[in-house]
Amino acid sequence: MNHRTLEELSNDAKKLIADYVSRIDDMKAKERTKIPAQEMPAQDPEVRSHNLEEVALGYTMEQARIEAMRCIQCVKKTCVEDCPVKIDIPRFINHIAHEEFQDAADVIKEASLLPAICGRVCPQETQCQSNCAVGKALKDVDKSVAIGRLERFIADWERSTGKIAVPEVKSETGKKVAVVGSGPAGLVVAADCRREGHHVTIFEAFHKLGGVLRYGIPEFRLPNDIIDKEIETLTAMGVEIKTNFVVGRTRKLLDLINKDGYHAVFVGTGAGLPLFMGIEGESLVGVFSANEYLTRANLMRAFEKEKADTPIYPSKNVAVLGGGNVAMDSARMAKRLGAENVYVVYRRTEKEMPARKEEVEHAKEEGIEFYFLQNAKRILGDDKGKVNAMECLRYELGEPDESGRRRPVVVPNSEFLLDVDTVIVAIGNSSNPLISQTTPEIKVNKWGNILVDETQKTSSDRIFAGGDIVLGAATVILAMGEGRRAASAINKMLAEEIEKEKAAMN
Amino acid sequence: MSKILFKNQLSKDVFLMRLHAPLIAEERSAGQFIILQVNEDYGERIPLTIADADTKEGSITIIFQVVGKSTTLLSELNQGDGIPTLVGPLGRPTHIENFGTVVCVGGGIGVAPLHPIAQALKKAGNHVITIIGARTKDLIILEEEMKSIADEFILCTDDGSYGRKALVTEPLKEICERNPKPNMVIAIGPPIMMKFCSETTRPYEVFTQVSLNTIMVDGTGMCGGCRVNVGKEIKFVCVDGPEFDGHKVDFDNMMARLNSYKEIERAAHACYLEAEIKEKEALQ
Repeated sequence: MNHRTLEELSNDAKKLIADYVSRIDDMKAKERTKIPAQEMPAQDPEVRSHNLEEVALGYTMEQARIEAMRCIQCVKKTCVEDCPVKIDIPRFINHIAHEEFQDAADVIKEASLLPAICGRVCPQETQCQSNCAVGKALKDVDKSVAIGRLERFIADWERSTGKIAVPEVKSETGKKVAVVGSGPAGLVVAADCRREGHHVTIFEAFHKLGGVLRYGIPEFRLPNDIIDKEIETLTAMGVEIKTNFVVGRTRKLLDLINKDGYHAVFVGTGAGLPLFMGIEGESLVGVFSANEYLTRANLMRAFEKEKADTPIYPSKNVAVLGGGNVAMDSARMAKRLGAENVYVVYRRTEKEMPARKEEVEHAKEEGIEFYFLQNAKRILGDDKGKVNAMECLRYELGEPDESGRRRPVVVPNSEFLLDVDTVIVAIGNSSNPLISQTTPEIKVNKWGNILVDETQKTSSDRIFAGGDIVLGAATVILAMGEGRRAASAINKMLAEEIEKEKAAMN
Repeated sequence: MSKILFKNQLSKDVFLMRLHAPLIAEERSAGQFIILQVNEDYGERIPLTIADADTKEGSITIIFQVVGKSTTLLSELNQGDGIPTLVGPLGRPTHIENFGTVVCVGGGIGVAPLHPIAQALKKAGNHVITIIGARTKDLIILEEEMKSIADEFILCTDDGSYGRKALVTEPLKEICERNPKPNMVIAIGPPIMMKFCSETTRPYEVFTQVSLNTIMVDGTGMCGGCRVNVGKEIKFVCVDGPEFDGHKVDFDNMMARLNSYKEIERAAHACYLEAEIKEKEALQ
């Protein structure tokens, strides 16, 4: 394993930087594309597969400036177009190149309140970095300017100064907005509506904030401190927070409007019940949904075995079913919890895997084994009902299906046994049933996802929705994009009402 | 933070607490539960049925049995202490209507969740027959409360130390043999008791509703830990239940799953008790 340490990467950058700085504004595009792409420093795989510390360590200052100088400041700005929240990417990158970090932070904050989170978990390779001119010139999307890492660098730099600028809040309007769920969509709505001077309350079912950012994404990808800091900004802006509050059960959703005086409600309750394969043996002891496994480890702190009261299943050999980011998180968490062998079983090939490339690479470095073109047929148990093996089938790729991906086809008589004691099912979620169960007025589709118009408004007046409860399982940044759109519709609706009320008074 | 307004020990391992929770008191219906944590950072989420509520006081009543470390910690809290995490009411409320004659069977601690349901059924005009049972006399709870709402009341203990010496399934079978047979049975108690109540009523084709208390983490339809096989379907106790048709529930699988963490929990509880003993010894 050719792991390069933070020190080595940092030294390389220190050697190079003086030369680039000396001709920072004179370099032609061609010269810029020759600047070496900066590798993200990471913890040694052998060490990190036993701890919960963050894997990616972040660019050093020199690395960030060099990476920023690779941007040719093209006129097309496809990166901005491909960003769900439209950050002015070339402008903030140019500030980094010139060591104007505060200015860079200000540019990002115009569009995104959560850069430390987005910089870490956004799939930049399929968004802002996918059509980057530098990547195109080098014919390799992996050589695109590392926009996400630069965003993270700035967010971390700002946090390290200890003075995170609190966005300005307009004078109080007297209007009240309820935000249901404190995941990525809800946090954006809270910030955007509060900025306009509305009173905002976030209702969260759990005892801790952040939704999937906290219970789903492990700390080795997104440390809790980062989530806490981003939420501190919200409370500093005057956002009210109510935890342990299940809208629909603790209070009916419509009561928030009819009895508690909220003028608008945003529903961002997230993905819901986990899907299972529907195969024999899925109820055996030792079969978990990824949601449950990760929630125990992350939110309930079961990783800290000495301190946590919530137990986690002791595993030696673990099979993870699925190929998305959640599957990667589950596999890497299982390894960190002490499993000796962890297998990711995926019925297509590596190319079709929806997980981020970076996560797959990290998983491989940590010793996770990938079984492509294979899938579980049934799970076998012992006389106590505990998992002791999984029977798998081999697949080959056939004709493309509706999604354009080549459909995996079973190879007849290809059954084989995998020696496992734990199976983690990470094949997706259906929608959260609570709101549709308790608020039949809100229309949902046959999968239970809330139906919204182009402004994120639901079939009910004053009620908006966004994120996974609308999209099904999607990404953090798409949820944030929906939150932004909903907040702007809520702000517009409330502004019009305020205007009307003023007109009536005169 | 929810304050403990009142605490009372009902039997050796069984405690009753009234907790300040005005919103939950207002919204809850019979059959629903709460989740609480004794420690917000590292505590386990414990689902407990709401035994009663008082909207005037803004309180709910929980009754719990000490079974492991988390319930031990809970039992060590006193009136005036706070519970950092309390969320609810969760689960679907019991469907209440006038069914005719309903047999309410409660085993051990299961009498606590049964009480509000029996109460609501009585209020809806049902003829309520109540059977409550426990291993031994000390473990009988809410006897007077259950007696006061029952049209017929039967008490039994496994060892015969109080009431009739029988398992609850014996009187249940006798009632099923009556003509006319009862319209419905509601059985709440340990899984093994609910299983055998369901088996007892199956040949008589009397609809038997059970209330399941599976392993749960979030309790709001996210983690899937509470899943049970009901007929051919996977059901989630937290959002589809907690009540199901006992004739369709796969109790054997549910009991195996309930024991998933038994070894770890036993070790944790032992460690905790040991540490406590050492602490006490150090003080002496």
